[in-house]
Amino acid sequence: MMVRIPLVNAYPGEPCRVVQIQGGRGLIRRLYALGIREGKVIRKLTTQFMRGPVVLDIGGAQVAIGFGMASKIIVEVDR
Amino acid sequence: MRILLMGSPNVGKSVIFTRLTGVNVITSNYPGTTVEYTKGTMRYRGERVEVVDAPGTYSLDPTSRAEEVAVAMVEEADLIINVADATNLERSLNLTLDLIRIGKPLIIALNLWDEAKHKGVKIDVKQLEELLGVPCIPTCAITGEGIKELVSRLDEACPSEFTYQDKWETIGQIVSQVQQVTHRHHTVWERLADASVRPFTGIPIALIVLYLSFRLIRFIGEGLIGLIFDPLFEHLWAPLMLKLSALLGGSGLLHGILIGELIDGNIEFMESMGLLTTGLYVPFAAVLPYIFAFYLILSLLEDSGYLPRLAVLVDTFMHRLGLHGLGIIPMLLGLGCNVPGSLSTRILETRRERFIAATIMAIAVPCMAQIAMIAGLVGKYGAKGLGTVFGTLFIIWVGLGILLNRILKGESPEIFVDIPPYRPPYMKTVAKKIWMRVKWFLKEAVPFVLLGVFIVNVLYTLGIIQIMGKLAAPIVTGLFGLPQETVGALLIGFLRKDVAVGMLVPLGLTLRQLIIASVILAIYFPCVATFTTLAKELGLKDMLKSVAIMITLTIIVGTLLNLVLPR
Repeated sequence: MMVRIPLVNAYPGEPCRVVQIQGGRGLIRRLYALGIREGKVIRKLTTQFMRGPVVLDIGGAQVAIGFGMASKIIVEVDR
Repeated sequence: MRILLMGSPNVGKSVIFTRLTGVNVITSNYPGTTVEYTKGTMRYRGERVEVVDAPGTYSLDPTSRAEEVAVAMVEEADLIINVADATNLERSLNLTLDLIRIGKPLIIALNLWDEAKHKGVKIDVKQLEELLGVPCIPTCAITGEGIKELVSRLDEACPSEFTYQDKWETIGQIVSQVQQVTHRHHTVWERLADASVRPFTGIPIALIVLYLSFRLIRFIGEGLIGLIFDPLFEHLWAPLMLKLSALLGGSGLLHGILIGELIDGNIEFMESMGLLTTGLYVPFAAVLPYIFAFYLILSLLEDSGYLPRLAVLVDTFMHRLGLHGLGIIPMLLGLGCNVPGSLSTRILETRRERFIAATIMAIAVPCMAQIAMIAGLVGKYGAKGLGTVFGTLFIIWVGLGILLNRILKGESPEIFVDIPPYRPPYMKTVAKKIWMRVKWFLKEAVPFVLLGVFIVNVLYTLGIIQIMGKLAAPIVTGLFGLPQETVGALLIGFLRKDVAVGMLVPLGLTLRQLIIASVILAIYFPCVATFTTLAKELGLKDMLKSVAIMITLTIIVGTLLNLVLPR
């Protein structure tokens, strides 16, 4: 079953399809620039302690973004 | 005519720039190495044309100071070389499509081509060229492959007639048409890459890396001094200087300036204070070995791709200081020299962050020249000496960061960083980079050291230090518990901190006085080179604020240390 969750709640390594970015124009633009946008399949690799940055895998490239930003990315996962 | 290199961060623009112009610029493996533009020239169509290396930017909508610098350059360019990342075509095309709309002659270098091949990424260059209507050349800048073709095809650069409506849809279409990805197994490097950002393995790895770096720097620095530089000065240079001293009659003005004072009929390189004795010993024998050792280790860390991972690991902690993880980079560079440290605050997004980073760096991060001298001064006391000095500086660094984060309005933005793959450092680049930094030290620092030593002599001869000492006695002696002569070191510290620390040697201070003086010298004010850089980066108003913090802090810390340290 497909469910929608914030990216921070995804399991490490699980394929996540981005469905929505709940942020302003600025955030959307920056995430787009790194290849994070609606329809893309990305993976969360790790999260640091205490709501630290989240490391993502986007088509083989790695990117670290803040926990806050990652909570604004809504993804679809198969659970 | 002006050619501009544009591309996303960390795709190797600076490496291509060096290949084209022969001008050496610092390159490494983390986004944001280049924070200002560098100009060089190359031969093109039989004439010399200007080539500009700009900081990396993901799009023409800048999000940091460094990116603003890049975007501002576009206007003045006559031809743009778009350096794209062949391992990540999709992301690179974002900027490419922006550049296409500018309508200037464009040529695309698909850099990191070899790495793309290893990753199983195949790009149909012919088709990409046909689609975009501009020349596309696969390159591997670090080995030089493809550079010749790039140069020979500069003539074909032309404004693209490619048009598009929805940018991301268009990028998706292009990528699916020209790129094929075959999957392959994870390499050892990739496993290590994952381990170094997972908290449970990453934090131990970071501690090991930092500990080893520290030990290696000390080992190499001390080794070079003890085995090479000290013997050279003691056995070869000292006898020569003694002869010169005799020739000059053993005293007098010229003798004082060139040789300085003989101590028990001998030259003491740390104390004599002559241009040819202390003036040469401090930069070459005491500081240079540590500068070399530091930049060797820093270059290896930079080129391997470890720094962005360290930034991720320290992010949560750095937020307490009002910075995000990338704030660690100005601090690490500042440990080498505060000037590049100040410049690299440009990788931070907001003015608030840049102010905090520059202020805590200028105050609590001593440069390698100063560290080397402090190590020479209090190193023999072991942890009691070195540990207290650097422990105090660390506490100031953290405390001031927390304080500024509380006081200043606003919040620190979140980290947002591309993590490059680990790449084995390319020894030729590392060697060239160390040489550039050492050369910079020799050219920029050594004249100041000599000037400093010269001024010390003038000030003493004219009796100015003695007068200043009396004036400053209530603070220096009263609050800090230091002898009046320390004022001389504080005066010279504006010029060069290493000479200033050296001036403490002949004062015969006790350990607690050495500790207080070393800490005060580190925090009270930046040297003139750092000061001018900071003033440019921060603007006058913020610089004055920063200076006010330094002076207040110096008085508080000096007094506290004087009260707390055992007599």
